[in-house]
Amino acid sequence: MSDVLDQAPHGDKSGVKPGTSTELAIEARGLVKRFGDTLAVRGVDITVPRGAIYGILGPNGAGKTTTLRMILGIIDPDEGVRRIFGEDRPQRIARRIGYLPEERGLYPAMKATDAIAFMGSLRGLPQAEGRRRGAKLMEQYGLGHAVDKKIKELSKGMAQTVQLLGTLVHKPDLVILDEPFSGLDAINQGKLEGLIRQLAEDGTTVIFSTHVIHHAERLCSDVAIIAGGKVPYAGSVEVARDRLPPQVRLETKNDDGPWRSALPASATRDGAAWVFELPESGIEPLLRSLIEGNAGIRSLSIERAGLHDAFVTIAGEAAAQAMQSDEPAQEVSA
Amino acid sequence: MSRSARLSLWQAALVIARRDFTAIVFSKVFLLFLIGPLFFLAISAGGGYVGAMAADSADDPQLGIALPAEATAAILDAQERLDPLVGMPEVAAVDPADPQDPRALLQAEDSNLFAVLSGTLDEPLLTGPKDDIERWSGETALLVGAARGTTIPEADIAIDTTDTGIINQRTAQDATARAGIVMLFLLTMLLAGMVLSNLVEEKGNKIIEILAAAIPMDAVFVGKLFAMLGVSLVGLVVWGSVGGAIVFLGASALPVIPPPAVGWPLFFALFVIYFAMAYLLIGSVFLTVGSMAPTVRDVQTISLPATILQLMIFFLANFAVGQTGSWIEVAAAIFPLSSPYMMLARAAKEGVLWWHLAALAWQVLWVAIFVKIGATLFKRTVLKSGTAGREKGAGRKGLLAMLGLTTNQS
Repeated sequence: MSDVLDQAPHGDKSGVKPGTSTELAIEARGLVKRFGDTLAVRGVDITVPRGAIYGILGPNGAGKTTTLRMILGIIDPDEGVRRIFGEDRPQRIARRIGYLPEERGLYPAMKATDAIAFMGSLRGLPQAEGRRRGAKLMEQYGLGHAVDKKIKELSKGMAQTVQLLGTLVHKPDLVILDEPFSGLDAINQGKLEGLIRQLAEDGTTVIFSTHVIHHAERLCSDVAIIAGGKVPYAGSVEVARDRLPPQVRLETKNDDGPWRSALPASATRDGAAWVFELPESGIEPLLRSLIEGNAGIRSLSIERAGLHDAFVTIAGEAAAQAMQSDEPAQEVSA
Repeated sequence: MSRSARLSLWQAALVIARRDFTAIVFSKVFLLFLIGPLFFLAISAGGGYVGAMAADSADDPQLGIALPAEATAAILDAQERLDPLVGMPEVAAVDPADPQDPRALLQAEDSNLFAVLSGTLDEPLLTGPKDDIERWSGETALLVGAARGTTIPEADIAIDTTDTGIINQRTAQDATARAGIVMLFLLTMLLAGMVLSNLVEEKGNKIIEILAAAIPMDAVFVGKLFAMLGVSLVGLVVWGSVGGAIVFLGASALPVIPPPAVGWPLFFALFVIYFAMAYLLIGSVFLTVGSMAPTVRDVQTISLPATILQLMIFFLANFAVGQTGSWIEVAAAIFPLSSPYMMLARAAKEGVLWWHLAALAWQVLWVAIFVKIGATLFKRTVLKSGTAGREKGAGRKGLLAMLGLTTNQS
């Protein structure tokens, strides 16, 4: 796809001692940030392994951006520590980091390749090399025709892509993307998902924040769920999903009969189907009772809980609804 | 360069400065910037012409002579003789309706008299406002004396003209000092406003967070300041070349101006250096203001006090330049924002060079302090949260907090 993806990042991956914090791309402990009377982030702990695709999930106003800004050193936390590749002053290793802020911004009068080169030069990439790589990246990303166009002549989606390429042009070891999918159409969202996967395959650690759970579910090995400035869960997506028992979905030919007594009391109807949690005793005793009770099984499936269900359980229904409606979940006043 | 490092402050500042400099110099707006002084000169010339026209069209005030006819003629004759020697007031013979009331003459609607001489040559009476009487009573007495036939002592004096004398030189150096201050003020006013709008535009483009994530805010500030300084130096070179060409071509027609105390070459060099310092000092203050204000409207609101501060500095420097050696002159030379103005004035009036080295070191220190304060305040109060999650009015509250004000929260 690109220079960035053709080669592994140049970060110092040799000599990493197992068990030390240098195995982690990011380590944040007890981050707290107040803005006047507002407690925006209240004790966030996040650890991101190297090479992971890590999602930060939460509704708008939950504290995702503030957390990312603290991790990046754009703002300092009032309490707590954060390290990137073991460095507690992230700007000291700015060349190893790429950052796409939520508020996209480019100089309107700049040519697209110059904009990419400028972003690279901020991270130590010589301007001429930045232009060369920028042109190549644009070509590879289907924007070859816009290489010499000014940013103000590009569509919003194209400008957003240019900025993303500017984030990657210096081949960072860690890429932090704040709400990267917002503003993109479905096709470009799919392209971005592919790019993130490719980056991770090349060894780049990718962190992105989102309030759309499906992106995280499809991409992430680990997530942090953030709501009201706190992180009620941080860890593997699989473990988060395993917090909920699997759901059984059953459709029968017969509406009633002795088999009904085998269903758990919590079973509910969803159209023609019965839905209930998998009993602790497992599926076999239930299956036996259904057959013996002449249920006439039409279909029976066992579904693992999705990340959305896990999110609802962990962060609460209000936060989940806020995720869907883009509204702040709650006030975070101290 | 090691990949584990980052750009140094100066490398990062250079990246910002290079971008801003090329963006401005290669823009159409820069042409307007270059011809900006032409507008200023055109307006000044136009204003001067209109003023001169107005002055020409107004009749000079006259001394009304309300004496008997013979005495009036003698006064008019005396005025003609004495005016070339000592500069007499314009006189006009009047025929008062009531010679006992010269006050009525001064109050007449069509009167152009500043005072009235009435009575007789033996018992003259000068009537008029106090200031005019004090200004012209001596000359009027001379007129009356000459009209009476008193001999005015005169002597032939040989004349040897020189280009300048110490008093003349002091006056010229004082004028050079004041002109230097005015030029500094006008240039810094123009540029400080430009650096402010440059940063506001950057905030509008939402690029500031990308910069803040990659390089220290100090570097952003320093880069922006020096980019605009570079732009202004290009302007100075262009304007200086045009001005120099005009001076060169019209040298013979120009009056000889006594040189400033440090000489013209060093004075011009110091002008450029103190211009740079004055701009960096006030520019860093404006940059801080621009970085703190959340919206363009807020920038306009809060930049007003900064502009008033700039005007006060200008007035302080203008006042202090005439108070050589006084505490206020020393204070104005020490106060960082007025220091460049005062030191340029000193360069015009005094030839001591080490003062300038000390002053420049002092001013550089304050530029560094202002930049650091601006960058720190920026980090503390700006970029508080994401777009959607931004607390309404958060930026404004930060601004108020910076100013030491608080808001009531419900």
